[in-house]
Amino acid sequence: MSQHVGAPASEVNDFLEGVFRRNPVFVQVLGMCPALAVSNTARNALAMGLATAFVLLMSNVVVSSLRKWVPSQVRIVTFILVIATFVTIVDYAIQAISLDLHKALGAFVSLIVVNCLILGRAEAFASRQGIRRSTLDALGMGSGFTLALLCLGMVRELLGSGSLFGVRVLSEQFQEWTIMMLPPGGFFVLAGWLFVINLWTNRYAGPRMREEVRG
Amino acid sequence: MTMGVSQGTTADTRVQSVQPMRIYAVVLGVGVMCSLAIVITYELTRPVIATNRVSQRREAILEVIPEAESIVAFAFDRDQDLFRSVSQSSDEYELVFVGFDSSGGLVGVAMPAQAMGYQDTIRLLYGYEPTTQTVIGIRVLESRETPGLGDRIESDPDYLSNFDSLDVQLGEDGKTLAHEIAFVKQGKKTEPWQVDGITGATISSKAVAEMLRDSTNVWIPRIRASLSQFHPPSVGGTSP
Repeated sequence: MSQHVGAPASEVNDFLEGVFRRNPVFVQVLGMCPALAVSNTARNALAMGLATAFVLLMSNVVVSSLRKWVPSQVRIVTFILVIATFVTIVDYAIQAISLDLHKALGAFVSLIVVNCLILGRAEAFASRQGIRRSTLDALGMGSGFTLALLCLGMVRELLGSGSLFGVRVLSEQFQEWTIMMLPPGGFFVLAGWLFVINLWTNRYAGPRMREEVRG
Repeated sequence: MTMGVSQGTTADTRVQSVQPMRIYAVVLGVGVMCSLAIVITYELTRPVIATNRVSQRREAILEVIPEAESIVAFAFDRDQDLFRSVSQSSDEYELVFVGFDSSGGLVGVAMPAQAMGYQDTIRLLYGYEPTTQTVIGIRVLESRETPGLGDRIESDPDYLSNFDSLDVQLGEDGKTLAHEIAFVKQGKKTEPWQVDGITGATISSKAVAEMLRDSTNVWIPRIRASLSQFHPPSVGGTSP
C-alpha cells in the first residue's frame, strides 16, 4: 500500500484520496468486519462511521507525532496500543455524553479496534508523513468510510425494514427482506455496490482511478 | 518476531542501529502514556457517568410506574429479612424503587433485573402494580443485542405489550407465584402469565422473559410481605 505515484501532491488531494479514489470500503476493501456488521440501519452506519473517523484522526495524529521515535520493530505494537487507547477513551466519552447514545451503539464502539483501516493508515501513511498530511489523510479516509457505510446502511435499512433513519418510507404492504438485516445481506449489498462502482469506473473514470481500482 | 536485517523492502535503516534498551524504553513509555490517558479519562468521566446512570434509572422508573409522583428507594436487608429506605442515588446491589402518588398512596414498585442475552448482559427495569398483581411494563437500560433483531425487545410494540399486564399473582400459600412467567413462541400466548417471543430474536426475547421469571419468583413474595414497610417520603421531604 505505498503512496500512489503520479497523483498530484496537494492537500486537497490528500483528503480526496480517501473519499473517492481510495475509498476504504469500496476500493481498498478494508474494515470489512465492522462495515458489514454495523451497517444494517442508516443510523448505526452513520454513528459507526463517525466514531471510526474520530479514532482514525486521533490515531493518525499521535502516530505521526511519534514516528521519529518508534523503532520499526515495535511499530505495530505501538500503533495498536494507541488505537486501543483512543477506542477506550471514545467509549467513556460517549457514556459521559449520553447513556442513550451509548446504548444505541451497543458493542459497536469496541468493534472499532478490529477495523484494519486504522492500523492500515497508521502503517502506510501516518508513520511516514507529517502531522498535517496525516490529519488530512485521516479526515479523507474517515469521510470515505462513513460515506461507504451510509451507502450500505441506507440500502439495507430500506430493504430490510422499509425505513430510513427510523422513519418508515415504504408502504406497509412492502414485505421486508429480513436477510438484509443479517450478515449475508451485508455481503449482498456490498457486492452490489462494488459491481456498480467497478462498472462505472471501467467505463467513465479517468486512468488514475482505474489503475487504483484494478489494484 | 524479529525483523531480519536482510528484509530491506521498507528501506528502514533504523533496523540495524537500534539497541534493545531503546525498544523496551519506547514501548514502555508509550504503554505508560496510554494507560495514563485511559485512567485520566476514566476518572474524569466517572462522576458524570454515575450521575447519568442515576438519572437514566430515574427516567426508567417513571416510565415503568407512570403514576408515580415521588419515588423512594429501598434496599433489602437479607439478614433481617426487611426493607430499609436508602438514598435514590445509592448504588447498592439489591434495590427496589417504590412509587407514590401525590397523596402518599403506593402506586407501584420498580425493580431491576439482568441476565445474559444473545450478545451480552441485558439490564432492565420492570414495574409491578400490587393491587392488580401484575407487571405493568419494562424498560431496557442496557443491551448489546443484534441491531434490527435482538434489539426489538425494546422497540417491537407487540412484544412490549406482553408486559402491559403480565400476571404475577401469588398462589394460595402466599409465598410463591401461582404461575411463574413462561416464555412461548410468537403467537402462542394463551395465558396472562405467558410472554410471546419474537421470531428471529428468540434468544433475546427469551432472556427477558426468563430474567423476569427469576426476578418475580424471588421479589414479588418479598415485596408483598413487606408492603406495610414501604412508607412514602415525609411531607416536604425527598422530592423527585
